[in-house]
Amino acid sequence: MIAAPILRTEGLRKRFGGVAAVDGVDFTLAEGELRCVIGPNGAGKSTFFKMLSGQLRPTAGRILFRGADITVEERHRIARRGVAIKTQVPSVFDGLTAAENVRLSAARRLDAAGAARVVDEVLARIGMTAHARRLVGELAHGQRQWVEIGMLLAADPALMLLDEPTAGMTKDEVTRSAEMIRAMSAKRAVVVVEHDMQFVRMLDANVSVFHQGRILVEGTTDSILNDPQVRDVYLGKRAR
Amino acid sequence: MRPGWNAAGLIAAGIGGLALAFGLPHLVEVFVLVELTSYVVVAILALSLALVWGYAGILSFGQSVFFGIGGYAYALGVLNTGESTLPVVLGMVLPMIFAAVLGYFMFYARVSDIYLGVITLCVSLIAYNLVNSMSGTEYRIGAAPIGGHNGIPGVPPINVPGDAARALGFEDVFTLSMIVLVLVYLGLRALLASRFGRVVVSIRENELRAELLGYDARLCKLIVFVIGAGIAGIAGVLFVNWGSFIGPSVFSIMFSAQIIIWIMVGGLGTLAGAAAGAGLIQWLTTWLGVSMVADPNIVLGVIFIVLVVLVPKGLQPMLLERLAPLARRRNGNSGAP
Repeated sequence: MIAAPILRTEGLRKRFGGVAAVDGVDFTLAEGELRCVIGPNGAGKSTFFKMLSGQLRPTAGRILFRGADITVEERHRIARRGVAIKTQVPSVFDGLTAAENVRLSAARRLDAAGAARVVDEVLARIGMTAHARRLVGELAHGQRQWVEIGMLLAADPALMLLDEPTAGMTKDEVTRSAEMIRAMSAKRAVVVVEHDMQFVRMLDANVSVFHQGRILVEGTTDSILNDPQVRDVYLGKRAR
Repeated sequence: MRPGWNAAGLIAAGIGGLALAFGLPHLVEVFVLVELTSYVVVAILALSLALVWGYAGILSFGQSVFFGIGGYAYALGVLNTGESTLPVVLGMVLPMIFAAVLGYFMFYARVSDIYLGVITLCVSLIAYNLVNSMSGTEYRIGAAPIGGHNGIPGVPPINVPGDAARALGFEDVFTLSMIVLVLVYLGLRALLASRFGRVVVSIRENELRAELLGYDARLCKLIVFVIGAGIAGIAGVLFVNWGSFIGPSVFSIMFSAQIIIWIMVGGLGTLAGAAAGAGLIQWLTTWLGVSMVADPNIVLGVIFIVLVVLVPKGLQPMLLERLAPLARRRNGNSGAP
């Protein structure tokens, strides 16, 4: 049984001068699906994410979110439709406290009382209650990542885009992230860009492999990690 | 420096300000009062940039333009109508309309911060040259000549609405300016403590993130820019009332730069500090001008350099940092946030 797609791209392209960073991507994501996007550096994963979230305008192609064309929509409008993104480099409000960061996200859709409740819930969930009043700029890298994920949670989006959520995390933190992302995906569609194969295995989701701006192959974690073509372009000789 | 809503402090500020507004005219000589009025007026102007630059992160060289438009709108209006109510409204609304148009193009075109500074600087240059060259008798609005480099002398003061015969005296202009200062200060504190204010500060911190959370940064910045222009315009109206004169020098680069120095002195990201910085510098400039100890511009330049090097955060943050340990000791180390 195939659910209606929450997200679909058709022939999505982005050229930077003579370079086609994304070169014709047809991508379909079902409601509630958890998907991993992997691929070597420069495969176009982050550019793809930036187009989905309105940070970059595609050169050609279309993006459909729940059937609506969002290809040229402003990024705040895309966010209001329920698309939340964790960027590759953590994008947080360094000069504000952790609680204030999360509150800003919750306050977009809730009144003050509702936002306060969500802030408490989210901080507890990301394990940051003890650091609620600290400035985010003073926190460790992994904690700042958590705050950013907390902001996404507080927005309660229909689609969550996570660009390398475990970068700079310790092994324990990575394990915790995997559990958390699986929990988050119970209520919504999630796309994760990741480099860490261990982490991809932990998520055990459908995988799309990007290569030179296109989708090379898609399938389950097992089938992808055993695909000889994928090994050649991405995993290299190390994995054999 | 988070904008909080410390009720006791604000009530004290409000009552204190109003006490000065009504009390000082009975206590000091008129010439002192007139001088104090000028400090109050520059403090209001400083608050407009404190909001736009300190909280929204928009480095605008255009506050002097809004100040000037407000002043000229009032002067030309009151010389035509002879009654001040409409001119006062114009003095606030015209700068806001101008800021809305200018800001729309800057913010919706996503002009970067540096170019925003360049554009507003150019606007102040254009305004200066435009008004400065309108000295012929053919340049007039209704019955009132614009006056070019001579400016507009003999501007009538504000009167009681509807009764042109009951005009404000020096004491009343001081009281009115003080009331406006208190209202603007409290209004800005309320604005910054509101949800909108928090969003504005978050846009200053990280515009991309604010937008990815679903906030329209362009609209928020435009709104702040327009509010700032309205405050600057009101300051312009009061400035004309203070000296019954306005000239094109309000549009000059010198004046634009001075507003920025006021904020740097008081502390970027503060309101009270910015207002105090403006009053302090204005006092110093006046004193230097009278006493002829040194050229005010050279002194201002030196102060600016020394502050940037030694007190980069400005006076208010520095004082708060110095006083915080003392206050903690006195309060039994409660560690107020």
